[in-house]
Amino acid sequence: MTDLKRTVLYDLHLRLGAKMVPFAGYDMPVQYPLGVLKEHLHTRAAAGLFDVSHMGQVILRPRSGRLADAAAALETLVPVDVLGLKEGRQRYAMFTSPDGGILDDLMVTNRGDHLFVVVNAACKEPDIAHMRAHLAGACEVEEIADRALIALQGPAAESVLERLAPGAAVMRFMDVAVLGWQRTELWVSRSGYTGEDGFEISVADDRAAALAEALLADPAVQPVGLGARDSLRLEAGLCLYGHDIDTGTSPLEGALDWAIQKSRRAGGVRAGGFPGAARILAELAEGPHRQRVGLRPEGRAPMREGTALFAASEGGEAVGHVTSGGFGPSLEAPIAMGYLPSPLCARGTTVYGEVRGKRLPATVTDLPFRPTTYKR
Amino acid sequence: MKYTQDHEWLRVEGDLVVVGITEHAATQLGDVVFVELPEVETMVASGDEVVVIESVKAASDILAPVEGEIVAVNAKLADNPGLVNEDPTGDAWFFKMKVDDLAVLDEFMDEDEYNEMIA
Repeated sequence: MTDLKRTVLYDLHLRLGAKMVPFAGYDMPVQYPLGVLKEHLHTRAAAGLFDVSHMGQVILRPRSGRLADAAAALETLVPVDVLGLKEGRQRYAMFTSPDGGILDDLMVTNRGDHLFVVVNAACKEPDIAHMRAHLAGACEVEEIADRALIALQGPAAESVLERLAPGAAVMRFMDVAVLGWQRTELWVSRSGYTGEDGFEISVADDRAAALAEALLADPAVQPVGLGARDSLRLEAGLCLYGHDIDTGTSPLEGALDWAIQKSRRAGGVRAGGFPGAARILAELAEGPHRQRVGLRPEGRAPMREGTALFAASEGGEAVGHVTSGGFGPSLEAPIAMGYLPSPLCARGTTVYGEVRGKRLPATVTDLPFRPTTYKR
Repeated sequence: MKYTQDHEWLRVEGDLVVVGITEHAATQLGDVVFVELPEVETMVASGDEVVVIESVKAASDILAPVEGEIVAVNAKLADNPGLVNEDPTGDAWFFKMKVDDLAVLDEFMDEDEYNEMIA
């Protein structure tokens, strides 16, 4: 593990007492002395600071100078309306494969003269190669390798960031803006991966530690590691790429149909035209054969990733499996997400997860498990 | 107090052996969110998996340190698994065992030896 990469906040993590683990090729903090449970609860009660600098930041700059050309090009890779994305707004998207699977999920931002894309750490190299292979005619694909990414999430995030960088408070969910802090340009989006109101802040590497420390100086803010990041996103019903969605799951199976705007669906002004359109449009019309659902296990035993799911308490083959599961600290109960055949996906259906040789009941539940608190 | 390689502590209480996990183990596990206890009056062999602990991170097993009969379990842990982190060597004992001969405990580490192992 000597070749693990480090983010520019590595020294700060060590100083804060983080326990470091390998994640997507980086040495990342899984927790700080507060511990996963309290870091989770603190984020929901006040604000948590997350280092997400391992994620990929990419600019797509249209060669023609017209943003619409970059947007139209990106639309050939995602089943999402990018042309309709207004300046200063962000949107969730996914790269699809020719057979309708998901290569990665991402955030796309319209920054006026270019698109700004944030992709998962584990996928960033193939994603950039994918964009270069397909978009190079229309755009320059610039990897931003000299900026860190810091997430500030939770009900206190707005007031904390507003004090440092005025202009944060007037932003709404999925707005993006360039804010100033100590003569440093912050690329700020009002979004995140916790189900909480909050921000993601792209900042030049050489200012990142100073910004993180300025945020952490506020008594409302605690550093939060990957452990709580995972339980927070799970309560929010958000997918973890490589677990809940991957090349073997379509957007419809992944219950991500909300991310496919009308313009890209059958009958829309730019219907289809993305990889896997035949399958994805057919699934939009007819419904997928299986789907990602929320599960609430009865009792307290967590159903972890890989837990086999059965339709009955005895007999029969497994009908699906858990893709993410654990304990939801804010719900004080185990929660899970997994795939089930469509006839079993109705809310309230009881299925059985096999835990240590015993089939334990779980109820199919709407996602998110906990209402989100986005400032819309 | 005696200690096992698996980070359990063993305390003699009359003719019974009380079993829990060390503070070191509790810290390593992280916040405990679920404890599954054995049935009382169960005969167990040394090394049997008798308790399941789930933390926010992962599941782990607590093994029977010696052969004997489980005669009591700490029901408080089922409702309040967090007790394992708050008071691992006190209130958060897992089970009490009846053994043939308490001399079986002699083979386990004392506190100094255990501290040396985790150092």
